[in-house]
Amino acid sequence: MSSLTEQFNRSLVIAKKNIKIYYSKGPVIIFGLVFPLFLALAYVIGRNIPLKEVLPGLIGMTTFFTATSVGPSIVPWETRSKTLERLLCCPVAVWTIMVGDMLSSFIFGLMISVIPLVLTLTLGVEPLSFVALFFGLIIANLCFAALSVLLSAYPPTDVPATSMMLSSLVKFPLVFISGVFIPVEQLPQWGAIIASISPLTYFTDMVRQLFLNKGFYPLALDFLAIIAFTGAFAFVAIKLHEKTLAKRLS
Amino acid sequence: MESAVEVQDLTKDYEDIRAVDHISFEVKKGEIFGFLGPNGAGKTTTIRILTGLIRSDEGIAHVAGFDVLKNPIEAKQRIGVVPEVSNAYVDLSALENLTLIGKLCGVPNVRLRDNAAGLLKEFRLYEVKDKPVRAYSKGMRQRLLLCMALVNDPEVLFLDEPTSGLDVESARLLRERITQYNKDGRTVFLSTHNMEEANQLCHRVAIINHGRIAAIDTPENLRAQSMGLQYVEVTFNKVINPQEVSENLGVVKAVLAGNKVRIYTADPSTVIEFLVEYTKKNKLRILSLNTMMPSLEDVFLKLTKGKGAAIQ
Repeated sequence: MSSLTEQFNRSLVIAKKNIKIYYSKGPVIIFGLVFPLFLALAYVIGRNIPLKEVLPGLIGMTTFFTATSVGPSIVPWETRSKTLERLLCCPVAVWTIMVGDMLSSFIFGLMISVIPLVLTLTLGVEPLSFVALFFGLIIANLCFAALSVLLSAYPPTDVPATSMMLSSLVKFPLVFISGVFIPVEQLPQWGAIIASISPLTYFTDMVRQLFLNKGFYPLALDFLAIIAFTGAFAFVAIKLHEKTLAKRLS
Repeated sequence: MESAVEVQDLTKDYEDIRAVDHISFEVKKGEIFGFLGPNGAGKTTTIRILTGLIRSDEGIAHVAGFDVLKNPIEAKQRIGVVPEVSNAYVDLSALENLTLIGKLCGVPNVRLRDNAAGLLKEFRLYEVKDKPVRAYSKGMRQRLLLCMALVNDPEVLFLDEPTSGLDVESARLLRERITQYNKDGRTVFLSTHNMEEANQLCHRVAIINHGRIAAIDTPENLRAQSMGLQYVEVTFNKVINPQEVSENLGVVKAVLAGNKVRIYTADPSTVIEFLVEYTKKNKLRILSLNTMMPSLEDVFLKLTKGKGAAIQ
């Protein structure tokens, strides 16, 4: 148990290092700040819909893009600069490094996704439960951060741009099938089935329930689904990174 | 004496290439152990297995008393590594790099602060400790790597070509520090191409070739085993045909090296007697005469390239 705590403390050290180094990198700013900002503007401007109706999609999209912007680039970057080898020479497990990467992605996502939420509250739009919304925001950011680290696992490239591009190939379709633009209840049955495989669907549905009091799934299911996706993404990410590590170092 | 590193039948394949082929050796505590071999011989692969970066396919490796395959975290807790390629974080300062590695090794804060400051002063990096490593020269980066490897006070220090491409001053500083570290009772595992460095620093050396250990011994014993590589170097007042002396008893080979004749032999005294006679008979004068012992480089070439290579 003490060794678990020790390793988790080392994950925090790795997360702190990532924050210092990667938050100011160009691709992270473009994919994590500029891109969601313009997407959010395009989503809001010119649509004659009340703010409350726009909010679930807006918060879902912002959270998703920001929390997945840091993770895909860290491991390729560290592979290229040989610093991954440096980390692995230290007494840390592969999972310790991956949890550190997830935490840095999570903190970036949480910091940015709080902005539209604060703006909303400033404009007088209040959720049914602020605590539930904040907890939802935390687990959704964790879930998307785990997904972002999973997206950097394969192929084991040392080119950050390749990893970012491939992660975009996964992220964009997910946005379109997750009830961001069209609520799940308005989708045909096959659309709702496809939407159910995306973690973003449950987060958007959760925010919709908390602001509009209407959703496709029960609120508890939204929470449970996001927690389950988080566990699955984190587990697969660690296992896949462990498997591809030898190839990265060769 | 206990072992700091113990390797038995270690084997590693990369697809269809066998990088390390059933090697076995032992490094005693407090020893500087040299690991020599040509490029692609398996040196870096061996170090990567011993430092827990990659897993071997077969065999056992114990470092500081821990099995690196079964208990990699415990083994890594007790080692320091200076890799072949500089891998400090260039966006961070020297102090931030040291703090990062110290914290990842679980060094308590107060000790970490003292260790970091001490090492930075010792390696003449203290004045630039807050500058990003991006601005450092190669020598400064290499010194920083050694600081990073030493920040947790490791029991065993692994160095992979630590002085390669360094200026004379930085290389000397690194060698002095390695010697000092060893005098404190620590073990050093040194992979190098630099034969003179291995000769000066190492208590014992292993020569690896094509993934297999070709020899393990002290530099002196290795040279003694290759006495056939010693030679007599003579300069006459006229240039002679080396063929005329190569037919003498005990001469392995005679070659011209500039205006000198280099005569390889296992029996220098017989050759010298012959040369004195030869000089009188041909009315020559000897301008210089030296008996040269085989260098570690000669031994290395003999073992890695075949017997003839060292005297080509």
